[in-house]
Amino acid sequence: MKNTTTAVKPNKTAMVLLILGLSTIIFPLYMTIVIAFKQPSEMTNSISGILSLPKAWSLNNFREAMEVTDFWNSLRNSMVISVLTVVLSIILHSLMGYTLGRNKKSKVYNFIYLFIVSGMFVPFAILMMPLAKQTAELGLANWFGVILLYVVFYMPMNVMLYSGYLTNIPLALEEAARVDGASTWRTYWKIIFPIMKPMHATVAVITALAVWNDVMTPLVIMAGSSQNTLPLAQLNFQSQFGTNYNLAFASYLLSLIPILIFYLVCQKQILNGVVNGAVK
Amino acid sequence: MKNENDRKRTFILITIPILALFICFNTIPLIRGVIYSFTNFKGFGKYDWVGFRNYVDLFSDGRVGKSYLFTIKLAVVTTIVVNVLSLILALGLNSKIRAKGFFRGAYFLPNILGSLVVGYIFNYFFTYILPALADMAGIDSLKGSILSNPNRAWIGIMIVCAWQAIAMNTIIYISGLQTVPEDVYEAGGLDGATGWKQFKYLTFPLIIPFFSINMVLCVKNFLMVFDQIMALTKGGPAQSTESISYLIYNNGMSGGQFGFQSANAVVFFIVIVAISVAQMKFSGSKEEQL
Repeated sequence: MKNTTTAVKPNKTAMVLLILGLSTIIFPLYMTIVIAFKQPSEMTNSISGILSLPKAWSLNNFREAMEVTDFWNSLRNSMVISVLTVVLSIILHSLMGYTLGRNKKSKVYNFIYLFIVSGMFVPFAILMMPLAKQTAELGLANWFGVILLYVVFYMPMNVMLYSGYLTNIPLALEEAARVDGASTWRTYWKIIFPIMKPMHATVAVITALAVWNDVMTPLVIMAGSSQNTLPLAQLNFQSQFGTNYNLAFASYLLSLIPILIFYLVCQKQILNGVVNGAVK
Repeated sequence: MKNENDRKRTFILITIPILALFICFNTIPLIRGVIYSFTNFKGFGKYDWVGFRNYVDLFSDGRVGKSYLFTIKLAVVTTIVVNVLSLILALGLNSKIRAKGFFRGAYFLPNILGSLVVGYIFNYFFTYILPALADMAGIDSLKGSILSNPNRAWIGIMIVCAWQAIAMNTIIYISGLQTVPEDVYEAGGLDGATGWKQFKYLTFPLIIPFFSINMVLCVKNFLMVFDQIMALTKGGPAQSTESISYLIYNNGMSGGQFGFQSANAVVFFIVIVAISVAQMKFSGSKEEQL
């Protein structure tokens, strides 16, 4: 437990241990990249055969993986679902959070708040089978249905975040606008919505990450629609890779690239968003 | 007064459609799930009411019992492993080190990657790399893939779950450690609280709220484990790694046990609610003591 002392004095031990620990994260990624670029003939059964650098950095595996997994369509579906879910969540959940947060004294609204927030305890496992039926009955067994479900699934968490954030925003701001004759609806969009910008960022990050990587919802809802999201494509085309692990890994790497880019660009916002979402 | 009416009307107009959407896709399916649990519905065709038979059968069904034992074992062990490791990691990342931002960013990386693909990558690692490494090091007991061994497959799943969850828990612990003011350590240092003592008596009590957040997050997520099972074992070998969610999905959606697995899901729902409430009560009372 040497690390515990490091909060007070500069520590080289911590530094060395952290660098060593990093290998547990770099190794799987290194393995993925190397295998993705290799040809099956280069994969001997020994460790060095699997983990050595490829002879040539050819993009052929990626080209083939894109065809096999219908990459561009899956990517487009994932993007559309994620972006629309985030936009709808920010609009609808912030409105709901505002309404419920400003009416804490009303018994009815307080009940609605508890009703929605307790939805957090409902595991997908119990909704899964009825929802598969219900979305099929309503003609929603497609990407649009998946978006609607996400807006509902993340509502408890996001409404709680928004209404919690609202307690820091003084009522006086709205009252001033009201005296000037602005309607509540207008006041919301002109004053409250922009002030909640930090919360929008948090909601966007946690919703986007959860939606982008989710497998279960599209698996259950979109199964019959012959459309895939990026993770779903990996699952559905797994059998087609056969023993060609190079092709499989090229496909895995392709599916990880968009989120890796997103992380490199907005690392700070993502870290902040995730912490805010969990701690508040 | 006109303004007051406008405000009330706006709130009602906002609430009705959003609440309707929530009820339509959360409350109604929940109720339907409970209703199905009292039938012998196969997922298609006609069905009859069977009363509590599904629930009675549930408790004598070996496969269901096994899935509960497996899921609870996985959740408990992974929660402990993840919290110990991420607490150590957070202390390291919060200490005076160079390139703090880089390290924090790098250690968080596993969390943003999709768990299905991470599972596939580790699947290859456990199937080919680890046995080859064991062969080189001369460890005979690890020469076969741990994923094809019914007694060990859960360890593989535990490692993959932990690999991703540690990232998340660590940054929550870091944000907890940052709330501890520096002068607490200085004052403690004067009283001889350093090292393990300092951690036990100063640091840890001050970050207990963050500890309870992490416990809740961990237990809930690991009890619902699904993607990792899909990617690593598909419930095998010999049904030794069927999580509750996986069993409900597998047998309920395509195995003709729609009604029976609905009953399983209802019980699972009650278990999740009970654990969440117990945890919140427990951590609530602990925080009050401070």
